[in-house]
Amino acid sequence: MAEQKPSTAIEAVESGLAAQGYIASRQIATAVYLSQQIEKPILVEGPAGVGKTELAKAIAAWRGMKMIRLQCYEGLDEAKALYEWKYAKQLLYTQILKDKLGEVLGGAQTLHAALGQLHDFGDVFFSKEFVEPRPLLQALEQPGGCVLLIDEIDKSDAEFESLLLEILSDFQVTIPELGTVSAITPPTVILTSNSERDLGDALKRRCLHLHIGFPEQRLEERIVESRVPNISQTLRRQMVGFIHEIRSLDLKKLPSVSETIDWARVLVLLQASELDTETVRDTLNVLLKYEADIEAAQPQITTFIAKAARSNVFG
Amino acid sequence: MRENIHRFFRAARGAGVHVSPAESIDAMRAVAQVGFSDRTMLRDTLLLTLAKSQDEKLALGDCFDLFFSQPEPRHEQPGGGEEDPSPDADQAPPSGMASDAGGGSPQAELGPLAQMLLSQDRSAIAAAIAGASGAASLSDIRYSTQRGIFSSRILDAMGLQRLRDDLDELTATNPALAERLRAALDALREAVRDAVSQGLALYAREEAENLRNEILRNAPLARIERRQVAEMRALIRQIARRLRERYSKPRKRQRRGHLDVRRTLRRNAAWGGVPFLTAWKRKHRDRPKIIAICDVSGSVAQVSDFFLLLIHSLHEVVDDVRSFAFSSHLIEVSDILESKSPEEAMAEIMSKVGFGSSDYGSSLVDFEKEFMSTLTPQTTVIVLGDARSNNLDPRADILRRISERSKRLVWLNPEGRLAWGFGDSEMPRYATFCSVVRQCATAQQLERAVSDIVATYQ
Repeated sequence: MAEQKPSTAIEAVESGLAAQGYIASRQIATAVYLSQQIEKPILVEGPAGVGKTELAKAIAAWRGMKMIRLQCYEGLDEAKALYEWKYAKQLLYTQILKDKLGEVLGGAQTLHAALGQLHDFGDVFFSKEFVEPRPLLQALEQPGGCVLLIDEIDKSDAEFESLLLEILSDFQVTIPELGTVSAITPPTVILTSNSERDLGDALKRRCLHLHIGFPEQRLEERIVESRVPNISQTLRRQMVGFIHEIRSLDLKKLPSVSETIDWARVLVLLQASELDTETVRDTLNVLLKYEADIEAAQPQITTFIAKAARSNVFG
Repeated sequence: MRENIHRFFRAARGAGVHVSPAESIDAMRAVAQVGFSDRTMLRDTLLLTLAKSQDEKLALGDCFDLFFSQPEPRHEQPGGGEEDPSPDADQAPPSGMASDAGGGSPQAELGPLAQMLLSQDRSAIAAAIAGASGAASLSDIRYSTQRGIFSSRILDAMGLQRLRDDLDELTATNPALAERLRAALDALREAVRDAVSQGLALYAREEAENLRNEILRNAPLARIERRQVAEMRALIRQIARRLRERYSKPRKRQRRGHLDVRRTLRRNAAWGGVPFLTAWKRKHRDRPKIIAICDVSGSVAQVSDFFLLLIHSLHEVVDDVRSFAFSSHLIEVSDILESKSPEEAMAEIMSKVGFGSSDYGSSLVDFEKEFMSTLTPQTTVIVLGDARSNNLDPRADILRRISERSKRLVWLNPEGRLAWGFGDSEMPRYATFCSVVRQCATAQQLERAVSDIVATYQ
């Protein structure tokens, strides 16, 4: 990989992701390539539905690695993200081993001697067998490496962010009872954020910052083509053109790529061959998720269809 | 090229992108991976590693385009390495070039700069300018007044002295050639001036902005010029962001107060309810509920405008803001401020209550009649006004009742302390009922005042 020219390597990333049905822009491919080369996590930001989570899935599928996903939410803590002791198992084992312990300690005459013998066993009950690994620890323990997706990091608390810092920069975690666990193979880490709150500088500094916006028209057409192959070319052009017009409106929530794909599927199901006012009006609720948005878009439909058709003629 | 990337980091800092040493190391590592051959790839790489938000990406993209639009000093003298011109300052480049370019040239007795100019080798001249800018440390330029000195430094570094000697000699021996050389020298001066201007745009932006902001922060809000209003709004937004960042982080206060029995039981279920780990009730920090009462009569209107803009952009920090505006009578303006852009909102408020002569007494009566019930023991009341009531009854008794019902009563006065109590100012009478009275005439004082109000809740 190292001898390969970077430009060809980046193209390889692009085609590899494309084979998994993810059409990446040049910038995305560069980010994926760099994260692999300099072993840094990627922080992906952008509006909902532009394929942030999808990117991680595509990378995992392309490299044939397992994907481990950690969905963040308010109140997520160490015990749920990193590791937990199997308390029940510890209790059960002490119960079962009660007799054995009695035997072992039977020889001791004084309390002191018993304690000394007990010390010789070490921390039996705080060993690896009693650790329940949660996603972050799992990711470090994968022998073949994996793709670790930390989804919607902006939803978690600021404390959790600090917890991530050690993992992100050194690919290791410290468990007080066991010591430091380092990654066998550094995982590819993808963090996604919808920018609900500003992330800390310390976290941002450790990541490559990738912003995925709405794709350009041509790129979006290719995405639709790969995801909904049985849609006709003219319809595809028209609908993508239409959506680009819609995005120029001032709406509460702009339709993103996932909505485009959904809409394409709907249009195929309805066996539409061309975009017309009637079909658009009926299916507008696939694209727009707020009543106010639909009302704002209604009067513009005819104009937008005409515009989309016109841009079609010129290319 | 490495040198160039370092200069680019400085330029990026100038463009307002925060580049820490660690980030620059990361960026260098990334750049080492992709190489310099593909400009778009280099651009993507730097944007990925350095920029941390969409705004920074845009700024950095512009900066990149500006920076690399100048010819790279890569095709320097074939013999000399890339670090050649920079370390040994002024005299190095000309001598270095002399050894290389001297050779079989027809005017061998001329200096290297003269030869370069006469041969009209554009790329060589551009490279020499870039090299000399490095020697003159153009990246240290901060103010536009420094343009002259940097131009002359660059020209000196390129060997102007030698060129002058050559010119004197030539005027005697070969006037035609001297004429050509003189014209070329003028062109060179122009090119250098352009290079310096570009350097100024690249490296000095941050400094210039800081200076301007500093002046703006300390300018009296009531008397700023119309053209500065937009800048001031931007500044206020910046202040709001800073306050948000400082105070919005939830800080838990544990281990105070009482045992949280429910959580303790749940946490210790694994030990059969024996409380190994204790959980404590957390102390909830309440966020301020703010009632802002603003005078919008002539002299104070501008200050009120900025104050309202600031207080309404603090959503994350304060729980609830209700604003009231008055001059001769009082209305609630919270909805107008929430739903409209700052410009429109202010225009609407002014058309409703503005431009009157202020009457604090009747405005306070209005407030007591309709809104007294909104005050709770958690509320901070902020009154912004000059307390000049045109000799009408000040109704300080209402202010006393407001102060009794609320947690704090803060009075912000745009006038200086010296003017309080003179003429029709009722400030001393009002001040007895206020928890805090402070002057608030500049953006800086405004920031301090609001910051103090929010901080008392931390």
